[in-house]
Amino acid sequence: MTETEMKLRVTPIGNGTVIDHIPPGQALNVLKILGIDRTTEATISVLMNVSSRRSGKKDIVKVEDRELKEEEVNKISLIAPGATINIIRDRRVVEKYTVDMPDLIVGVVRCPNPSCISNTSEPIKSQILVKSKNPVVLRCVYCEQAIAEKIADYLI
Amino acid sequence: MFGMRHVLSMREFSRDEIDSVLDLAEALEPYARGGRCDALSGKILALLFFEPSTRTRLSFETAMMRLGGKTLNLGPAEGSAIAKGESLADTIRVIGGYADALVIRHPKEGSARLASQFSPVPVLNAGDGAGHHPTQTLLDLYTIRKESSLDDLKIALVGDLKYGRTVHSLAYALALYGADITLVSPPTLEMPATIKADLAGKGTIVRETHDLDSVIKDVDVLYVTRIQRERFPDPYEYSKVAKSYRVVPENLEEAKTGLIIMHPLPRVDEIAPEVDGTGHAVYFQQSFYGVPVRMALLKMLMGESR
Repeated sequence: MTETEMKLRVTPIGNGTVIDHIPPGQALNVLKILGIDRTTEATISVLMNVSSRRSGKKDIVKVEDRELKEEEVNKISLIAPGATINIIRDRRVVEKYTVDMPDLIVGVVRCPNPSCISNTSEPIKSQILVKSKNPVVLRCVYCEQAIAEKIADYLI
Repeated sequence: MFGMRHVLSMREFSRDEIDSVLDLAEALEPYARGGRCDALSGKILALLFFEPSTRTRLSFETAMMRLGGKTLNLGPAEGSAIAKGESLADTIRVIGGYADALVIRHPKEGSARLASQFSPVPVLNAGDGAGHHPTQTLLDLYTIRKESSLDDLKIALVGDLKYGRTVHSLAYALALYGADITLVSPPTLEMPATIKADLAGKGTIVRETHDLDSVIKDVDVLYVTRIQRERFPDPYEYSKVAKSYRVVPENLEEAKTGLIIMHPLPRVDEIAPEVDGTGHAVYFQQSFYGVPVRMALLKMLMGESR
């Protein structure tokens, strides 16, 4: 499918946020990280496995009438480090940027270490330090365990 | 100098900070042996041991008393608020209000870090599960400095290098001193590759062997750890391994005169009692050095000069 054909499948949105260049298969995890679920009132379009000149295949998420904040959207860089964010107003792209991984990620990824204090009922949120952005290597602030593989499996 | 508010992990120490702790420990050692010192008079140290411990708890207690301070001990967890389901965070906030510093040992990894986030006073990590035990590493470094030398050091780390937390922290700290490290372990208990890669990345020379006898003659320090029986599903396999990593006087015939043998204790079979009298054994001094090192940390965290 060409890019033009793909665009015909889902109409451009008038206002809101388009998250483009998500690795194929990760769109639902992106929604999960953004906290977008069935309680969300906004219209959401999810495109999976569409053709991409840059990477062969990709996923796209469109959130209508809601402009996602940068710090909110940067959390998706864990699973979609090359994703681009387009803020749309009156059908025009008014802002476009690539997600940037924050140095500290709070409450998004669970520590994989079952003996870590952050996996108990203590009144804390998980805190994960970004040790390296490419490849993504994370480290739990509490037990210092490194997380380098299957990061999506540990999403809270 | 020493700018730390808590002592949680060796990762947070620079070489200068380690040196300043060891220097102060040296100055306080006469008091650790029984001299009079009132540096922490009027101060209270709370000891929160959620897991059994003998030497670490008693050595912290001794250190505080040698500095003229007093200690509070968390009683058996039964009957206390913890048994009623109180969170560690709440326990720390409450006891932090009673004391001038807290020492914590807890079975969960990262518990000391959590405690530091809720405590109004300094927190010292005395072991968090399989995580960190920084005061052990500092007393190991102090022992090497006193009984051998931290300069141009050749050290062999022997035993369970896979699960042993003390050797991991010690290896990181030794990397700061440019030590030449030989890892001696059974194939199944080798040091994790991530740690070896980290050490190599810091420019440390790291060698690996399964043969203890081949390294003894070359090293200044033999740091022996216990190989735990429960790591082996087959008792026969355990006995074979345990035997090949047992230090006996015959192993030491070609050793350097100044070789020292260290062990975090308790030992079981890995060092024969006959080695105790060889002049190489320093593990009982090592255990004593826990007192001046902990005195130094307590004084740095609670003393007037802060």
